[in-house]
Amino acid sequence: MSALRVRPAAVIGILAVAALPLLVRLVFPASEKYYLHLLIQILLWAFIYTGWSLMGRFGLTSLGHGAFTGIGAYTTVMLWNFAGLTPWLGIPIGIMLASIVGVLVGYPCFRLRITGHYFALLTLALTEFVRLCIVGLRDYTGGSLGTQPKRSGDGISLYAMQFEPDRMLSYYIVFALWLFGLYIWLRVDRSMDRYALDAASQDEDAAASVGIDVTREKLKITALSSALCAFGGAVFAQYQMYIGPDTIAGLGLSLNIVFAVIAGGMWTLLGPTVGAVFTQVLAEGLRVAIQGSATLKGLLGSSALALDQAIYGLLLVLFIIYMPKGILGTGSDWWRRLRQRGPASS
Amino acid sequence: MDCQLDVFFLEAIINGLLLAGLLALLALGLNLIFGVIDVVWICYVELVMVGMYGINYAYKGGAPFLLAAVFGILITALAGVLLHFLVIRPVLETPPINQLLVTGGVLFLLQALATMAFGIEFRNVGIRLGSMNVADMSFSWSRILAFLVALGGMLALWQFLKRTYLGTAIRAIAQDRQIMPLMGVDSRRLYLVTSAIGGGLAGLAATLMVLQYDIYPQIGLQFGPLIFMICVLGGLGNMIGGFIAAFIISQFIAVGSSCFHTEWGYAVAFLFFMVAIFIRPQGLFGGKT
Repeated sequence: MSALRVRPAAVIGILAVAALPLLVRLVFPASEKYYLHLLIQILLWAFIYTGWSLMGRFGLTSLGHGAFTGIGAYTTVMLWNFAGLTPWLGIPIGIMLASIVGVLVGYPCFRLRITGHYFALLTLALTEFVRLCIVGLRDYTGGSLGTQPKRSGDGISLYAMQFEPDRMLSYYIVFALWLFGLYIWLRVDRSMDRYALDAASQDEDAAASVGIDVTREKLKITALSSALCAFGGAVFAQYQMYIGPDTIAGLGLSLNIVFAVIAGGMWTLLGPTVGAVFTQVLAEGLRVAIQGSATLKGLLGSSALALDQAIYGLLLVLFIIYMPKGILGTGSDWWRRLRQRGPASS
Repeated sequence: MDCQLDVFFLEAIINGLLLAGLLALLALGLNLIFGVIDVVWICYVELVMVGMYGINYAYKGGAPFLLAAVFGILITALAGVLLHFLVIRPVLETPPINQLLVTGGVLFLLQALATMAFGIEFRNVGIRLGSMNVADMSFSWSRILAFLVALGGMLALWQFLKRTYLGTAIRAIAQDRQIMPLMGVDSRRLYLVTSAIGGGLAGLAATLMVLQYDIYPQIGLQFGPLIFMICVLGGLGNMIGGFIAAFIISQFIAVGSSCFHTEWGYAVAFLFFMVAIFIRPQGLFGGKT
């Protein structure tokens, strides 16, 4: 595989994201922790969303990734809490487990050509199954209340892979994770597998007739995608120091993943990241706006808590109807048309 | 926790049967929509929730229960029409997965609006129907009523589809949606009628559910996955298959819950579902596609 060509714009972009915490320190020294937390959330979810989009872009709309993040997070924490196994080993085990589950469910699906609605609803059942198992094993997992990884010492430990109190450190860990996700995306984008999967998503029979092993290609991308999501889930657990069946597993999370990626743009490198920025900023922005304004607060009362979700749902409907390519996809289309300075011929 | 073939076990099985009626009714509406319009309303149980709140308010506002139920059914029928007109119609020609996802956006919207309007607390209409006791077993009347009404609703829909002109047209368009417009059938109007019926069935289910369950904004997450599973297991769009699948799944839940914890009953049902789909991907009762 040829080395990726690094463009100057990409270098500038990476440096800019790397310098964000310093900017935060300069501009908001008082509430540094809060803004860093926001940035960490964005990058962490961007990584998980990127993992999902690996599959989603090839028409494999999975509602099962809430199961994979859940498996990654719970395996890591359970091994740490009850077996004392360091997350350095626990995370790879969680990732492997998620990949195995992904392949186990994926293999019959792809062999039997379960696609579209059926694939979405079947993976939804997987999500529900994993969530029910987590709740059912309540003696270990804390049931629907969730659980916490045991803290080691003051909360910063290399062995226990705990870094939450140091937000700067957390930011750079998550930043590295995000870059890793983008790198994987690019590798897939420039591989032969991508063309095979593109062909398979257009017409499976035609793809198979030119010698593409469709099932094998789909299994490869499923294993990779579920591994990334499990990794993201495990790091989420290490950063939040809390996991609950509804925060890191479950149907709500699966839907959130799908929708954030659609909002950002499924077919571009930074689409999932834009989706993460969009959803996090929307939720936080509305929260701050409502908290800050007395009239809004009086008008909405406690119902303000759900306002962001309502706007989110409405926007999603509008996005899918009017902008199915997402923010970034549509934006880059406009940009291209502007540059061509001609009437668009789509 | 232990599983014995005693009277409680029998009670669990019969309660499972009674639950199946309600689940079959819920699956019926979804199957009708899918069979005719080829769209999965992933927000279907949220429509039921809208109906439940409607009934709750009408009843608390002083209306007799039957009138409140009619009101609830009208609301959900209207919601079904609006959903089709505003949300489904613009994406009808795009890839099918878009239609599923767009109704997912509606799911978030309805859930959030319900939270904003009614708060997150559990509500109850406060009607107690009591229960029937037979040989140490007790069955609540609300469940028995739900079972009977669900059965009646299904028979009524069956007759409607079989005997009326409109019903015949709906069955015809479910068979071939390309040819029917050429035969001079206004498919847009038929889709709206079907959406209204599908929504109305959600309202009927809501009427039965307010008697048994508390109302809260997240109720869709409790029932939704179960209903989709039943529909897929029976073969999406296959109404009779969905009916039988509801009985299979509810037995898993009822027996599993009586032997183990409730979640394990559900978990086993989901596991069974996945395995069943791998053996028969078109659903247990779906034809070859």
